[in-house]
Amino acid sequence: MTTAPILPMLLAQTRSDFRMRWRVPAFSLTSLILPILFFTFFGLPFARNTLPSGVSEGAYLLASFAAYAVGNVMVYGFGIGVAVERGQKIDLLLRATPLPAGVAIAAKVLTALIFSLISISALIVYGVIAGGIHQGVATWVNVIVRLLVGSLPLVGLGFAIGYSVGPNAAPAVANLVYLPLAFASGLFMPMSQLPGFVQRIGPYLPVYHYGQLAWSALGAPAEPLVVSLAWLAGYTALFMAIALRAYRREESRKFA
Amino acid sequence: MDPLPATTPVVEMDAVTKRYGAVEAVRGISLRIDAGEVVAMLGPNGAGKTTSVGLMVGLRAPSSGAVRLFGLPPTDRRARSRAGVMLQESGTTGVLTPREIVALFGHYYPAPMPPAQALALAGLTDKADARIGTLSGGQRQRLYFALAVCGNPDVLFLDEPTVAMDVEARRAFVASVHTLAAEGKTVVFTTHYLREAEEMARRIVVIDHGVVIADAAPRELMARVAAKRVAFSVADALPGGAFEGLAVTALESSNGHVRFLTNEPEAVLRALFARGVELRDLEVAGADLEDAFLSLTRRGDAA
Repeated sequence: MTTAPILPMLLAQTRSDFRMRWRVPAFSLTSLILPILFFTFFGLPFARNTLPSGVSEGAYLLASFAAYAVGNVMVYGFGIGVAVERGQKIDLLLRATPLPAGVAIAAKVLTALIFSLISISALIVYGVIAGGIHQGVATWVNVIVRLLVGSLPLVGLGFAIGYSVGPNAAPAVANLVYLPLAFASGLFMPMSQLPGFVQRIGPYLPVYHYGQLAWSALGAPAEPLVVSLAWLAGYTALFMAIALRAYRREESRKFA
Repeated sequence: MDPLPATTPVVEMDAVTKRYGAVEAVRGISLRIDAGEVVAMLGPNGAGKTTSVGLMVGLRAPSSGAVRLFGLPPTDRRARSRAGVMLQESGTTGVLTPREIVALFGHYYPAPMPPAQALALAGLTDKADARIGTLSGGQRQRLYFALAVCGNPDVLFLDEPTVAMDVEARRAFVASVHTLAAEGKTVVFTTHYLREAEEMARRIVVIDHGVVIADAAPRELMARVAAKRVAFSVADALPGGAFEGLAVTALESSNGHVRFLTNEPEAVLRALFARGVELRDLEVAGADLEDAFLSLTRRGDAA
């Protein structure tokens, strides 16, 4: 054996990435507490209402903020995380080691998925208890699985930001991109309550189709799953292409 | 265990050039480094040392020529698994501890040493559990050394390893390199501290303006280059052409003080006397490596 085994390497890298994220309160607290805070302000007051479709508005909003929470981890975790690592030249340190680039990226994705899982589990437990929302466990498990599996375009968006902008600009860019996206996609309040022009733009945005994954799991009226997945696949390809282009540009600058 | 024949060199550079836009940082270097060698790459800032190391470890691709590490492209994972690298300009996270990141890096290599051993070799045991963000510049430098050795590699590439180290740390570092060399590891390091090259290396490769201008054992290097430093004072200005045709280098003359390097102090002084130079306070001393280096890099000056 002349190279190290990949699986222990991936696990060690993931554990280390997780520690690094966990120990930066600006990230860990934001991704854990912000969704709970937002749900408290924008979700709880309506938790006992029922939407025209018969679905609990509390459950609908809880699923929406869960989608927001995953995007939060993906866009901030990757966007700011990757930009900061580039700024600290950690990439240069790793580059000279036998760590394959694929393992480094897989560890980042795993870390973000674990963070997302913790974040939305905490949010859902809190929301169900505080809001007195009656919905079966199986439904929430379905919501969680869909949100994690469907998060790929958000991973791409995070990478695209992380490789395109510097560490100082990254937080601002991530906010400017993700907050309007989440808002216009109906994550903070149902689409029907948004201004007319936003209602017309929303259906073209990636996060709108991402939210559909969660809403349809609750039985709320939503587009067919296939349509959501097609949109998400398209956006994944677009964001990954942007990320790859930025990555290659940096490669040729730093390592040509 | 070793699938390669014993004769495969650790590093092979074959007529390698590297240009960045209009700047040619490396202008045709051919070099072979064998297992067990301790090589200093010596040269002034901007000579092409860092670029050369970058080429050897596959961080840079050559513009022309070929670079091989253990007979493989330097970017090959099998080659990288046998190399530890310490770079001048890399960074690291501040939120892990040295013990954590050294243990992590160990997972990148097939047969790492225990993290505690790497930390001890780097003299970082005291700070092993402190957050990296709280380390001083010198301690960080030791951490990078620990990261370079933790995989128990066959070859170490160290780019300006002692920058930011204090005297104590530097001494410990030199001892660690001797330990590793005694174990048969190949060590390649860059430096512009000449004493460091003399102290640590068994072979010195002098690089200037992107080419190798000397490649020899320290003692051999001294013998080949201007070996004596001559200094004296003159009461009057030197007569014009006093040094014409004489075998001297690195000639300096100011305020009546004259210094130069030469291999033939007797012949040069005889000629100076014959040309009527009145000199006082004559000193002739064996040149140190610094002088040797000066005479190599300024070869053309006195001609």
